[in-house]
Amino acid sequence: MRLPITAWASITHRATGVFLFAGIAVLLWALDGSLSSKAGFDALTEALSHPLFKVVIWAVVSALIYHSLAGIKHLIMDMGFGETMAGGILGVRIVVALSVVLILLAGIWIW
Amino acid sequence: MVSSVTNLGRSGLYDWFMQRVSAVVLLAYFLFIGWTMLAGVEYESWKALFAQTWMRVFSLLALVSLCAHAWVGLWAVFTDYLTERMLGSVGNVLRLLAEAVSALIMFTYFVWGIQILWGL
Repeated sequence: MRLPITAWASITHRATGVFLFAGIAVLLWALDGSLSSKAGFDALTEALSHPLFKVVIWAVVSALIYHSLAGIKHLIMDMGFGETMAGGILGVRIVVALSVVLILLAGIWIW
Repeated sequence: MVSSVTNLGRSGLYDWFMQRVSAVVLLAYFLFIGWTMLAGVEYESWKALFAQTWMRVFSLLALVSLCAHAWVGLWAVFTDYLTERMLGSVGNVLRLLAEAVSALIMFTYFVWGIQILWGL
């Protein structure tokens, strides 16, 4: 589908939002384990050393990073900045660039 | 003017505002959690942090914000794609079903979160 970059940014914002709604279950599960007991905390740490869990956590954190940055862009635009087509495109490029950097850093941190 | 009975605030302006207030709360909460984890987390300090009243207030505020944020966000998605125009009459059924299921999940997150925070 031929769409402007701003449309793709909007669709991705929605898709990451829906994904995060499911991802919250993983985060609550991890919080539950981490606070249940010392044994629960250690079991969680052990589970999170598994590559599959690392991928899941990275996916959730990545969605959170993009969704947050796209959200901050919305707040800035609500204040009246970058509301032109050129401003919108520049905003998306900044959000994507920052997301890529932060998602890579998050990956390094998780591994 | 939004006249749907399933949106959070009966008005688009109210939904718009709640979406932003809840977003700021969630951003602050995730930044705080991220910053705490980057500083290094041990079981004792982690447990002690969540035993503080202010942390429980902050966490419960984030949980309520999550439910409001998810309601407004998912409502916007469902009412755009699960519609009679997109899918025929089955769209109306699917949309109400999706809204009901997501509401149930939100409520489950809310109760689960309270249990976790208060160690129930």
